[in-house]
Order: sequence, then C-alpha cells, then structure tokens
Amino acid sequence: MGLMKSFERILGHNWGVHPADHKRPAADQPVRKLPLPPRVHLMLQQHVGAAARPIVLVGQKVKKGELIAAAQGNISAPLHASTSGTITAIGEITAPHSSGLPGMAISLDSDGEDAWIEMDVPANPFTLSPADIAERVAQAGIVGLGGATFPSSVKLNLGRRSGIDTLIVNGSECEPYLSCDDRLMRDKAGDIVSGIRLMLISTGAKVAKVGIEDNKPEAIATMQKAVAGFAEIVVVPVPARYPMGSDRQLIIELSGREVPSDARAADVGVIVHNVGTAYAVQQAICLGRPLIGRLMTLNGGAAATPGNYEVLFGTLISDLIALTGGQRSGTQGEIAKLVMGGPMMGSILPHTLVPVVKGTSGILLLDAREAAESDSEACIRCGRCIKACPMGLLPLEMSARIRNDDMDGASNLGLADCIACGCCAYVCPSHIPLVQYFYHAKGDLSERQRAVLRGEATKKLAQQRQSRLERAARERAEAAALRKAQRAAQQATDAAKEKEPA
Amino acid sequence: MSSAGTPETDTGVRLAASLIASPHAHGGNSVAQTMLRVKMALVPATVFGFWLFGWQSFFLWALTILSCLGFEVLALRLTGSKRIKATLLDGSALLTGWLLAMSLPPWAPWWVAVLGGLIAIVVGKQVFGGVGQNVFNPAMVARVALLVSFPVPLTQWVTPLPLSLAESPDFVHSLRQFLTSMPVPDAMASASVLGYSKTELSRGVDLLHSLYSVHAPGLSWLGSRAGSFGESASLLIFGGGLYLLARGIITWHTPVAVLAGLAIPAAIGHSVDPAHYLSATVHLLSGAAMLGAFFIATDYVTSPNTATGQFVFGLGIGLLTWVIRTYGGYPEGLAFAVLLMNALTPVIDRLIKPRILGRDRKGKPLTIPESGKA
Repeated sequence: MGLMKSFERILGHNWGVHPADHKRPAADQPVRKLPLPPRVHLMLQQHVGAAARPIVLVGQKVKKGELIAAAQGNISAPLHASTSGTITAIGEITAPHSSGLPGMAISLDSDGEDAWIEMDVPANPFTLSPADIAERVAQAGIVGLGGATFPSSVKLNLGRRSGIDTLIVNGSECEPYLSCDDRLMRDKAGDIVSGIRLMLISTGAKVAKVGIEDNKPEAIATMQKAVAGFAEIVVVPVPARYPMGSDRQLIIELSGREVPSDARAADVGVIVHNVGTAYAVQQAICLGRPLIGRLMTLNGGAAATPGNYEVLFGTLISDLIALTGGQRSGTQGEIAKLVMGGPMMGSILPHTLVPVVKGTSGILLLDAREAAESDSEACIRCGRCIKACPMGLLPLEMSARIRNDDMDGASNLGLADCIACGCCAYVCPSHIPLVQYFYHAKGDLSERQRAVLRGEATKKLAQQRQSRLERAARERAEAAALRKAQRAAQQATDAAKEKEPA
Repeated sequence: MSSAGTPETDTGVRLAASLIASPHAHGGNSVAQTMLRVKMALVPATVFGFWLFGWQSFFLWALTILSCLGFEVLALRLTGSKRIKATLLDGSALLTGWLLAMSLPPWAPWWVAVLGGLIAIVVGKQVFGGVGQNVFNPAMVARVALLVSFPVPLTQWVTPLPLSLAESPDFVHSLRQFLTSMPVPDAMASASVLGYSKTELSRGVDLLHSLYSVHAPGLSWLGSRAGSFGESASLLIFGGGLYLLARGIITWHTPVAVLAGLAIPAAIGHSVDPAHYLSATVHLLSGAAMLGAFFIATDYVTSPNTATGQFVFGLGIGLLTWVIRTYGGYPEGLAFAVLLMNALTPVIDRLIKPRILGRDRKGKPLTIPESGKA
C-alpha cells in the first residue's frame, strides 16, 4: 500500500487543487449571533429523502424548538420552529437552488420572545443506548451539516448494523471562503468531542479520527487539547488540498481504505460525519435542543461584515444581509454572484429572497472581480483536468463526448463516478464549464433511464391489455361455441322429440 | 394554502448573473498565458540563434510566424469563424510558426517560410478543425513535408557566422539573399554532425576517422556549429525546458522519456561499436533532440493525456529517432518519429487510462476487502 502510494505520487497523480482560500479575516472574527429576523420560512425539503409533512395549522402559535413538520418514510427529517411565534402561511417560496423553482415552506412570524419549548434532557447522556441516541438524533431533525444533508440517524444506525470500526469526523473544510467549521472547532471543541463520543456509542465504532486541514492550526490545537482525555479520539492534521473534505478522499487519507465505487463507506468499516453534525448531536442529546439553526459563514467581496454568524433556519438571505450591516458601499458592494455554499461546489441563488436551510454552510456575496468569467475556448488537451481530478477521471474526454451528444460514451468513461467537485473546471485554461457539462449529461442520462422505465411500464400495460383482450375474445368465442353446442343439442332433442310421436 | 413568500413587497435583490454550474472560482490560468510561457522559454535560444546566424535567420523566423498568422486568419475567414481575433490572440499559431522556424535551416529562402506556414496551419491544423483538433504536430507536418519535397534547401546548413564578426553579412545583403533565394556561398556551406557522419559512413569512412578529421563539423556545447536554427543552442533549449517544468507547463514524463529513449540505445550501440554508432552525447546535443523533447513532443494536443501515456509516447519518439538516425535514409529523424507517435496517440490514450477511484484498472468496482471490517 505504502509503496504503491508513493509510486503513484512519483508518477504524478497529485489530485486536487490549491485554490486561494480567502478564509481569513472572516475566520478570525468572533462568532456573532444574528439578531432575530421578523419572519422565517422553513423549507419542508431541506434534507436528502422525503420532504417533511406539516403538522401545524396557519394561525397556530408555536414555541422555539416545537415540532412543526414530521418526517415521512425511512429517509427523512422532521422540522422544528426556529423561533417562537405564529404560523402565517404554508405554501410555496423560492427554494435555495439555482433553478429558482419554488418549494413548500412553513412561514412563521416571530413574536420577538424567542422562547424555547420545554425540553427533555437525560440525566447522563453517555449511558443512553446506541439505538436511543440515534432515535434522539432523528427526533432532533439532525442532518449532515457539511452540506450533504443526509439524515444523520440513518447513518448512525447503518454504522451500527454494518459493524464499522472507525468514525471519521470531517473538519477539513476544504472549500475556500468558508470557516464555520473552523470557528466551531475553535470555540466549541469540548461540545464537539462530547458529540463525537455519543456518535461513537451510537455507531459502535472503536476509534474516531478527526481530520482537519493544516491551514487551520488554531482549530487543530484546540481540538487536540479537547480530545486529550479520550484515547479513542484522535485529531489528524491533513494537507490542505481541495477536495480533501470529500468523503472518499478523506477516508483514504485517514484510514487508507478505498471505498469501492458501488459501495458505501460503511462497507469498508467507516462512517463520516461532519464536525458541525457532532456539535448538533451534542446539543440535541445533552441539552435536548433540536436543530433549529446553525453557524454559517457570510463572506465575499461585497459583504460589509464578513464573519461567522449563528443563524436561525428560515432566515431570508435579504434579512441576513440587512441584519449584518448590508453590503459594502460603492461598486464593490454590488453583488455580482450570490452563492450558497462554497465557491467550488455551492450553487448560485437567483435572488436574496430565499431562506437559510440546514445545509447552508455559507453565503457568499461575490463582487464583480471575484465573479469574473471568461469566454470558454476550444480544449487544447493540456490534461490539467486529468491531473486535478480526485476521482481519476478524464474530464476532457467526457466533455468531448457530451458535446457530441454521446452520453453513453461519457458514461462508459465513468461519468457516474464524478463528484462534481469542480477541480477540472477550476484549472481549465480554456475556461470550459466542465461541471456544467457533467450535470447536463447526468440529468440527461437519468431522464433517459426514467424514459426506459416508463417505456417498460407502458409495454407491460400494453401487454396486459393485449392478453386481457385476447382472453375476453377467447371467452366470448368459447361462450358462443357453448351456446352453439347447446343450441345444436337442443335442436337434436327437439328433432328427436318431433320424430318420436311420428 | 396561501403563498408563503411575498417577494413583490419584500426588498430582495434580484441578480442578473448567469445561472451557471459551480465552480464559481477559477485558477486564473488561460490558453494565451500558457502559450506565452512557452514562447518565453524559447526566447534565449532564439536570440542566440539570431546572433549566430545573422539577419537572415531573423527574416526566416519573422516570415515563418507571419505566414502562420496569415494562413490562420485566412483559414478562419473561410470557415466563417466569429472568433478570429480571439483565436489569434491565444498565440497557438504564433507558437507553431516559431517552432517551425526553429526546426528549419537558418538560411532557408523566403518561400520555405511561406510554404511552411501554409502546410503547418492549413494542412496540419485547420483541416482537422483548428486548435485542439489536429492529430499531428503542425510544425512537424510542415517540416517533414518541406524536407521530403525540397530536400536541397532543407539540408543546406551554414557555418555559424556571429553578427559580431566582420564577415557576417549585413542587413541589406541578408535581405537580398533571403528574398532572391541565392544559393548559400560555398565558403559558408557546412554540414551538421548527423548529416556529415551519415555521409562519411556511407562512403565507408567510419566514425572514429570521420569525426576526428580536420573538416569534421564541431560539436560545441555552446552551439557554435552548423545545424537547424534551433538546434545549435541545445543547452539554451534545455534551459527553456527547465523553465517550462518549473512553471508546471509541462511535466517531466515526456522529455525524460524522449531523451532516455534516444540516449539508452545510443549508449549501448556506442559502447559495442564506436566506429559505427554515435555516442549518446552527440545524439542528445544534435539535431532536434532537445527542442523535440521539451517543446515538440510535449505539445498538448498531439500527445497522450496521462503521465504514463506520455512516458510511453516519449520513449517511442526517442527510440524511433535513434533508429531513423542510425539505420534510416535521413540523418535526422525526430520529426518523423514525432509524427509516427502522434498517430499512435489515440491508441495510447485508449489503452492507458487513469484508474478511477473505487474501481480497478478495468473499470470494475473494487471488491470490499474483508480486512476493512476487522
């Protein structure tokens, strides 16, 4: 393994890129609490899986932390009121997605009290059973806060069922501009460690490895101090290289295990959770607080006061900007691009009237200089995208096929393995929007797959109809034959009867 | 159900940004910048070449580049391109012309430059669909086409006559010689090391005698010897190559493989039979070896994608060059070797692909290791 690794390194596959991180000075600002917004809009779908089902009525008064929408199905997450107030609407609002399409949300007018609901706090959380911890995590509506928003309890249960041995805690925060995980580790290291201990109990893993990129020395130092008494938790500095925070890459870096392309991390004995999730688990179990807000980064050239803020879910971006001091003055304050998440994988928002959701790790107000785009030129096959690709794909070959509408060709080259990290497009000297191509092709392929399924379903229905018709015809024919036979028999007996007296 | 958001009344900021997929950041690299760095790497060797071979070499260089640019514009016009200016500014045609000039005899007449530009740009590049689409290295296509069609002017070498010397022809004289295609004066005609040794070998004079006779062209590390415009200063070319490596424009795989592919058989041959096989040093410092290894074989468009593929490609070029130089009819074979390997590039790319993470070399998902769960 070691030899192969060094051989691959010599042969030059140093995957990933080193973008300018733009994390400071925002990362060094103390955390500020965002003032209470007048109204919040809580999206019913802010996690992977089925949308939550509203259980409140318009006009109903709710407390902060009260359940307002329940989880539906196996993979889902419940939703809680992020502040106290009155439900004013349940309806559509622009979803935080680049499509600008609407999604269902519960709107809540704040009463200004921000009063918590009564909470159930266990006497000693560390004596809870593994299943109990997972259940409480599920009740608290906790999802992966690194951005994937997969329901955390499902992963905890999966880990326990698969018999994993290692819990990997992702504190790498490799996206430029973002520093909320960094800040959280610096300020709440003790709580994060408690969360990790609870997750260790719940998953049954023996060790936890906290991976932190080496561009965050303060976080590494604080976390190392916090884990000092716990032999089962280790803090491992990892090289700052994007996308180190991607699951598969971090698993290799911390455990040396490679997850097969058709398998899950749990299949090789590991599970990855974000540090923010660990903190949310601690809050939910030790304090009984459901997930109603998060620490997130506000950054970018047009932001007047970049930094990390404690924000309630449902806060509109427009309120966030206004409550943090607005945009910068002059032309620099013009937002050229509004991005939710980091610049490498985040999505552009159509306008500022969209709410903060559980997966919002950051809001970037990029100014014209930061958002500058160049026209794309022809590919010169320089191969930089190949060197940068952390998955070992051939982005230039895939995009060439997609341009020719050869989706199967792209698929054969491993399109499905693409994690859309954006390294290829970041290094492309021709400014080709490679990730855009891949999203397009993936959408096209899944559309075609659906069409095939639809076609098969239609075919099945048609076949059923055909056999039904045939059966009906057969039955009719049989009935007719029967009638005919009966009539013939009748005529025969009649004839016989007629004959008899004669 | 009522509408939850009331965007009409709220003071939201609507953005005009193009809704494009991530990433929303870029490393700042561009095609033009990459090409510019390659040109910068060529400057020392080129300037030294001007000094060695005088004004005429400058005219040749300038006209070859102008010809490439001119034919690029013409081809783009004919194909109805809307990005003529942008394409010219990316610098690829200019670089093709520059590399072609470096591979020509420094006193080649004007029509060689014009015809070379036509072949390189139109036949070598635009008929394939322009930048990024060509299968063969355009400069080498032109060089080989010229060599095969016009062997005499393409093998007419001159002794270096540095500009500082009194005998060096002046501007006007050089221009007249360049434009009228006058034959090179006998006193100045010379032979390259590779050409001379080949001729002598074919006359039955072995290398031990021919290379050490008084008339033999010298093999100077400083480049003051007959040869192509870009051949003479092998060390400056090498230096330019190191600059490209340092700036990350090229990786070591191709150049090291080309030089190794050439030097290893040469060293073996020379150690077995020094009378018939030139030494590795002569091979590496002669002809287009250095230019080819660092500037020609590393051409992005016509070389394989992967590091391993590039290594195989480079070895092939080095080896074929040695074979052609040693056993072939031409004293220099790098251009042929490059074209042959260019033709193999799609095959190499098909056979050598990076391993996808989580899959084996054949593309099958990895099996779940039992030890992983232990």
